[in-house]
Amino acid sequence: MTAFKTLSVAMLKGFIRDKVTLFFTFLFPLMFLIIFGLILRDVGADKTRIAVVGDGPIVSALRDSGALELESYNDVDAAVQKVKDGDLPAALIIRGQQLDVRFAQSDQVKSATVLGIVNGFVDKANLAATGQPPKFTFAAEKVEDASLKPIQFLTPGILSWGVAVSAVFGSALTLVSWRRKQVLRRIRLAPVSAASVLSSRILVSTGVALVQGAIFIGIASLPVFGLRLSGSWWLAIPLLLLGTIAFFALGMLVGAFAKTEEAASAAANIVVLPMAFLSGTFFPVDQAPAWLQTVSKIFPLRHMNDGMLDVLVRGKGIEALAMPAAILVGFSLVVGFLASRVFKWEE
Amino acid sequence: MTEERSAVVVRDDRKSYGELKAVDGVSFTVAEGEFFGILGPNGAGKTTTLEIIEGLREPDSGEVRLFGESPWPRNVKLLPRIGVQLQATSFFDKLTAKEQLQTFGSLYGVSRATAADMLELVGLADKANEQENKLSGGQRQRLSIACALVHDPDIVFLDEPTAALDPQARRNLWDVLRAIQERGKTIVYTTHYLDEAEILCDRVAIMDNGKILALDPPAVLVRGLDAPTHVTLQKGVLSVVDASSLDGVDEAHENEVSLTISTRRPAPVLSALADRGALDGLQVRTATLEDVFLNLTGREYRA
Repeated sequence: MTAFKTLSVAMLKGFIRDKVTLFFTFLFPLMFLIIFGLILRDVGADKTRIAVVGDGPIVSALRDSGALELESYNDVDAAVQKVKDGDLPAALIIRGQQLDVRFAQSDQVKSATVLGIVNGFVDKANLAATGQPPKFTFAAEKVEDASLKPIQFLTPGILSWGVAVSAVFGSALTLVSWRRKQVLRRIRLAPVSAASVLSSRILVSTGVALVQGAIFIGIASLPVFGLRLSGSWWLAIPLLLLGTIAFFALGMLVGAFAKTEEAASAAANIVVLPMAFLSGTFFPVDQAPAWLQTVSKIFPLRHMNDGMLDVLVRGKGIEALAMPAAILVGFSLVVGFLASRVFKWEE
Repeated sequence: MTEERSAVVVRDDRKSYGELKAVDGVSFTVAEGEFFGILGPNGAGKTTTLEIIEGLREPDSGEVRLFGESPWPRNVKLLPRIGVQLQATSFFDKLTAKEQLQTFGSLYGVSRATAADMLELVGLADKANEQENKLSGGQRQRLSIACALVHDPDIVFLDEPTAALDPQARRNLWDVLRAIQERGKTIVYTTHYLDEAEILCDRVAIMDNGKILALDPPAVLVRGLDAPTHVTLQKGVLSVVDASSLDGVDEAHENEVSLTISTRRPAPVLSALADRGALDGLQVRTATLEDVFLNLTGREYRA
């Protein structure tokens, strides 16, 4: 037991004192989280701005509704010029009862939005002017839908990716460097079981994963990024542990084949990078083409991502863990078995 | 030296890697408390021989006994009695000298305080809190030996501990090795420095091409060689003709700076020189293990 404890402490110290590893474990994924979080922060929140010349009841109604952002101009030519320059999608010109909309042909989506909204307000005003009660009524209510704000899918994705990267690299590089430096030989010559060496290394990796989780979620929850955790966020903890073990096993497999640290690092990148992109780390995978979604299902990271999303932000319960947990455990067993078959003590 | 008292018994061990016969029928025994050297040039089979005894490799044929037991396959009962010094780089990442010892010690259940005490033995007490990669080559080598000794083993295997060290560091290490032997440990070590083996070892085995060519105490090996002693004097003290006429002189020759006399009976030659007051710049070089190696293999020793 004391060997297990001392080895864990030794490896933890080695980890904390290695600035490069610290960077790639914490700061590097955080950089992605912060950059993407800031770039994508306002996506979907933007309202369309249009130019307005003149005033009247419809303009007031529009302004009160907040459906569009209005920019007032005194001069028709100046407003139209803004549209021609491509600065604004449309200009609304009011001359008494007459409303004209000049819109830019290039941006059809925005123009259609503007036309629809303005038209709606004009129709409503017309109906009110007749004094008739409306024959059809219409009410709108907000629904929390499946499409998420960027920070909501970025955080679980980047967390899973960060955990995967540090587990794969941690185990592959440790294995190769220990083999090269004959630390493995020293361990083999000591009356200590391989299991206690392995488990102490895994303990350090899982500890690191939990710290990663706390830091990433903590920063994403800052007001500037605005992550909102669901009530069942703590279900992410077992997922983090299982994910660490799965990717640790993958790193052992990579480390068994690589002869040098450089080769191990390159091989780990080749495994992890495509997996990260195809598993929905940086963009939600359900927006990808169907064939790509199928392909992404072979990656354990995809399932870890899905599980993280479900429990961290979608508020799903423990049943959402079943599938990802089963896949991660299965992956760990298969890859861990392969790694133990190809494991080499010596170069 | 009966076999029951032997720390190591190797009987006709062989190990091939493809065509290469790394160890080709090697037999020897090492007594408890003995300082035993295996020397030979690179590729002679020294390391493979050690690895077979340590239980890291299985011999193709032959027998190995370590304290009466077989070290192969991995014999957990023997492991606490064996200390193996590996390359000077085989440490955990980023740990200090003291932490390295404590970590390796913990693999054997050694307390942290005992482990830290080893730093004294190898003269690294003042470097306890230095990280391993900040140490000099000699210091790292000594730390590596301390790691091999941390669990107080009965036998220590050292594979070229003095390789790539400067002369001062080598001498420091010799003191460490002698201190270990004084603690009653058996030491089996390989080196390609013949001069060092001559000074340190009780017995040496000279290896080349996987075979042991000779095995005896260094002095016996050198004496058995019947090689002449070379007496060197400053040039001009004595003429070549006068020197050649002295009793016991086999041959004398001169170069720009010195006169060299070869003799198999140095005693009368030296007293004759003393009588004539011709001792300026006197140097006496007896045969060394290098001469033994040359004699055994017919070629110059090259490490």
